[in-house]
Amino acid sequence: MPEGKLCNKQTVDTEEQLQALLDDKSGKQYYEEMNYLDVDSDALWATMQKTLKSRLKTWLKICAHCGMCADSCFFYLANKKDPEQVPSYKIISTLGELVKRKGQVDNAFMQTVMDTAWSKCTCCNRCGMYCPFGIDMGIMFSYTRGLCFSQGFVPWELKIGSGMHRIYRAQMNVTTEDWVDTCEWMAEEYEEDWPGLKIPVDVQNADIIYTVNAREPKHYPEDLAEAAILFHLAGENWTVPSEGWEETSLAMFAGDWGACKMQVETVYDAMTRLNAKRMVVTECGHAYRATVLEGPYWAGRKDGQTPIPTFHYVEWVAEALRTGKIKIDPDKKIKEPVTYQDSCNYIRNAGLKDVAREIMGYIAEDFREMKPNKEHNFCCGGGGGLNGIGRYREQRNIGLKVKRDQILETGCKLVIAPCHNCWDAIRDLEEEFRIGIRWSFLKPLLIHMAVVPDHLKPPEE
Amino acid sequence: MYAFVTGPLAWLTFIIFFCGVTYRAIWYFRGLNWQLDRVAYKPHMSYGIKGALRSIFFWLIPFGTHSWRFYPFFTICFFAFHIGLLFTPFFIYGHNVLLQERFGFSLWSMSDGAADFMTCMVLVAAIFIIMRRNALPEVRIITTPYDYLVLAIAVAPFVTGLLARHQVGNYNFWLITHILSGELFLVAIPLTKLSHFIGFFLSRAQIGMDYGIKRGGMKSKGLSW
Repeated sequence: MPEGKLCNKQTVDTEEQLQALLDDKSGKQYYEEMNYLDVDSDALWATMQKTLKSRLKTWLKICAHCGMCADSCFFYLANKKDPEQVPSYKIISTLGELVKRKGQVDNAFMQTVMDTAWSKCTCCNRCGMYCPFGIDMGIMFSYTRGLCFSQGFVPWELKIGSGMHRIYRAQMNVTTEDWVDTCEWMAEEYEEDWPGLKIPVDVQNADIIYTVNAREPKHYPEDLAEAAILFHLAGENWTVPSEGWEETSLAMFAGDWGACKMQVETVYDAMTRLNAKRMVVTECGHAYRATVLEGPYWAGRKDGQTPIPTFHYVEWVAEALRTGKIKIDPDKKIKEPVTYQDSCNYIRNAGLKDVAREIMGYIAEDFREMKPNKEHNFCCGGGGGLNGIGRYREQRNIGLKVKRDQILETGCKLVIAPCHNCWDAIRDLEEEFRIGIRWSFLKPLLIHMAVVPDHLKPPEE
Repeated sequence: MYAFVTGPLAWLTFIIFFCGVTYRAIWYFRGLNWQLDRVAYKPHMSYGIKGALRSIFFWLIPFGTHSWRFYPFFTICFFAFHIGLLFTPFFIYGHNVLLQERFGFSLWSMSDGAADFMTCMVLVAAIFIIMRRNALPEVRIITTPYDYLVLAIAVAPFVTGLLARHQVGNYNFWLITHILSGELFLVAIPLTKLSHFIGFFLSRAQIGMDYGIKRGGMKSKGLSW
């Protein structure tokens, strides 16, 4: 069976294909079919010849095998320093072999590559900071994921995820109608407490166009309401687009570069269509990475920039606090020890470390850094799509130990995690290890702490 | 024999070395691709150059980066080895005599004692590097015979040079072996993994530009290497 019904080299572009995958609970049939999937070695080698250029070739060639990347990897540390978790080993034994064998590999090997690329690397890019040559194995594993995807060797959930983007332009089946309805519903739901609260859809020439993670309208619509409340408090002239509102990219985690392009183009179209001055992205790390950092390249934008200036939510919060648009009630500042989870995607890979500290300066009386921190922080343990892949749950849970120990060392019981993946991973580590911590996005904390001007308060009964 | 190895063979070596290293640099730059690498090199060149220089600078300083500080033992071995390897050949008295004879100029020469010290420093560092390769499971698993081969190629001119200078056994034999191993070293630089001689700078510049342009350099003071 060269191509399975569910597990194959085709992209998921129709609702029928998607439904068939969703009906296959836990991907049982999908992974069974994967055992018989043929490797198209010629196509694999042709892709590598076209896309493996001097940067990656040099990295593979000059790696001095010094092992300095070992301790940079949280998987290596969490797995009791298992040498097979050394980043250099992981990439040499996968991508390195693919290149060496010119793509002439078998099914079993491709499954090993897939398992390594998704369960032993979250593409957090920390190793690249510890290599004397700057060899970034996160980048190489992201590239390797693309090769795997093109051959159909991709975890079931991410095949579905990339299909969602292709069909709905969102990581979940949230239609334009669902989204607009959710915006209206949330505005109505909270209007009693916040008179005049609106979630303006498709307003032209706003100062801010706000975009989100599909999980928010789908599972946590109150997050959208909280964003609206904070914009309302700050007096911002803002809007959300009816289409192009989804910032995330499971397609990026899947290595489906075609779907990545489709997804970001809808967001860029919204920016242009509504002619907003700037865009603000919700509290999500990979969404920012996908749409702001990588997206322009997928979309072929030569300046590497989004059509309008783009800001992560923490940048907007810091600005709102700095300019006094949002004032914090000193009595309501966080009194207990609190720590901050630096997200790989917008701290290490986007340089927003100081912005995060600025916010903590406004809202916390006893802010404690994790060790290491800022761009040197460890991945939460669930990045790169790993949180959502059932096949690798055990490996993910082992990896969480590093974050658990970092949090325990701070002595804090509250962790601020303005990133969906980090938030999920920290929630799961609490479920797994029961260390008695709480975790939060910034929005609910800020609403609790903000000074509400009299004219924005509900009329007294 | 001496005339041959210091004459035509030496020139051939220099040509291969210079052309090879130049070719590697040109090949590397030509192979960079803004869309595949996802770095807009040209439109943001000033941020890129700043990032590249920072990325190279901090890594050239002993203990200048988090990684160097994390592995102090290896860092000492690494810098002792590389400083000895790169600088000693230029300041050996014998080499400068040769330079004066052939080209009419010479550089400052260190004392024989200092030269011996530098040579021994390279050799001792190499021994520690080999021991580390064998002792640490995380290094052993990625070590290949090729790693030992390039290390041997790099160290051979120092061993033979030391034996020649102290005239252990047959001076002429060691002298010729020294010259040949030195030439092999130079030829191996562009042709083997020793291409990190230039590759270090190219690769560090590229990752520095990546961080300088795309990954935060335009919104922060720069990555803390």
